[in-house]
Amino acid sequence: MKIYLKIWRQKDNLSKGSFKDYTVEDVNKDMSFLEMLDTLNLKLVKQGERPVEFDHDCREGICGQCGVMINGIAHGPLKNTTTCQLHMRSFKDGDTIYVEPFKAEAFPIVRDLKVDRSSLDRIITSGGFVSVDTGQAPEANSIPITYEEAEAAFDAAACIGCGACVASCKNSSAALFTGAKITHLELLPQGQKETHKRVAEMVEQMEKEGFGHCSNTEACQVECPENISVLNIARMNFEYNKSKLLVKK
Amino acid sequence: MIIYFKNALTRKNLMALTGLFLSFFLIIHLLGNLQLLLPEEQAQLQYNAYSHFLSGNIVIKLVSYVLYACILLHTLDAIYLGIKSKRANGQKLSRDRRSRASSWQSRNMMFLGIIIFLFLVIHFKDFWYQYKFGNVPFDENGNKDLYTLVVNAFDNIWYILLYSISFIALGFHLIHGVASAHRSLGLYHPFYARLVKIFGYFFSIAITLGYLIIPIIIYIKH
Repeated sequence: MKIYLKIWRQKDNLSKGSFKDYTVEDVNKDMSFLEMLDTLNLKLVKQGERPVEFDHDCREGICGQCGVMINGIAHGPLKNTTTCQLHMRSFKDGDTIYVEPFKAEAFPIVRDLKVDRSSLDRIITSGGFVSVDTGQAPEANSIPITYEEAEAAFDAAACIGCGACVASCKNSSAALFTGAKITHLELLPQGQKETHKRVAEMVEQMEKEGFGHCSNTEACQVECPENISVLNIARMNFEYNKSKLLVKK
Repeated sequence: MIIYFKNALTRKNLMALTGLFLSFFLIIHLLGNLQLLLPEEQAQLQYNAYSHFLSGNIVIKLVSYVLYACILLHTLDAIYLGIKSKRANGQKLSRDRRSRASSWQSRNMMFLGIIIFLFLVIHFKDFWYQYKFGNVPFDENGNKDLYTLVVNAFDNIWYILLYSISFIALGFHLIHGVASAHRSLGLYHPFYARLVKIFGYFFSIAITLGYLIIPIIIYIKH
C-alpha cells in the first residue's frame, strides 16, 4: 500500500504548528497505525530529519498512552478502538490521512502529535483514591461484594485515561473520564466512605484544569476505546448534587 | 463559593431546571391555544375570556415572572457555557470529523436556541406587547379581542413560514433538551434514562405538531 500522510508538526507549545506532507510506500495492510508511523520515522531518521513524535507504550490497547486525531476522529475511523489497535487494513491504497494531536486547552501540545495529559492525572490526585493503609494484600472475601457490583465497578474502572473523550467532545469536557473514576470508587465498599468529598474535589479540579462542560452529545462513548457509558456522567452529576445539597458539612 | 457558581455542573443544573420549566409551560400554553381551533364564534369569546382571566390572575402573574426569569437565565447560561466551551477547546482542529459520533441537534443547541429566541422576540412584540400596551379593540363581552389579533396575524403566509421554522427548531431543541436535562440533573439509571429519551422524542413531536397545526389551520380557514 502507498499512503499519503499530512502530519501536524509543531516544535513546542509556543511555536506555531502546520501540516507537513509525507509519503510512506510499502505499507503492509496488517501493520498497526503506529507501526506505519514507525516506518515513516525510520525513513526520516535515515534522511537526517527529526522524527515525528507521538505517545505510545503497550501497543496492546490497554495502557491509554497512544492517541491522535486521525482524519479528524480521535483514534481514527474505528469506533471503540485505540490508535495502536487500528490497522492499515482500515485504509485503502493511495489514501491521504490527516494526523493531528488531541486538541484541547487542558492538553497543551508538547511536540508534534504528543500532548500533555497530566491534567487528567491531577483530577485523579485530587480524589480518585481510597485513603487506607494498603499493607499486605487482604483476604479476598473479607469485604462482601456481589458479582454484579464488582462487574459494574469494573466497567467504569476500565477507563484507560487516553483522553479521547476530551478530544471527541465539542466542549473539550472531561466529564466521561471524571464520571467513570467517581463511579468506579462509588460502587465499591472501600470507596463509598469518601464519595462526597471525592466527587466535590474531583469536579472542582476538573473545573480548574479548564475543561469544558458536558452537553450530553454522547460522542465520547462512541470514540472511547473502552466504551465507557455516558451514564457515568449522569451518576457524577447525581453524586455531586447530593454532596452539595443533601450532605451535612 | 465562586467556583460553585462558575462550576459547569451547577450551571448545567440551572440550564436543566429552567429548560424543564419552559417545557412544562409549552404544554400549558399549547392547551390554551388549542381553543383557537374551536368554531369561530365560540373561539373568539372563549379565547378572549381565557386571556382576560390569565392577565388578571395574581398567581398567573407570579408564574409569568418565573417564566421570564427562566427564559433569561436559560439564555444567559447558554452564553456563559458557550464562552467556556470555546475557551476549553483552544486551538481548532484543522480537519474535524468528530460530528460522526453525535446527533446533529445535540451539537447545534445554541443555533436552535438562537432561532427560538429570535422567534420569542417577534412573538412577544406581536401579541404580548400588543395585548398589554397596544390598542386592542374589545369583543362583545368587553374583553380585549386577542383572537382577532391572532387570526389577522396568521393571514400572512410568510408569518406562517416563520412560525413553522421556529417550531421545527423548537422540536429539535427539545429532542436533545428533555433527555439531556434529566441526565444533567443526575438520572443515571439505564432503564429510566432510556425511558426519558423515548418520552423526549414523543414529547417533542407532539409539541411541534401541536403548535404547528394552529397557524396552518387558521390560515386555511380564513
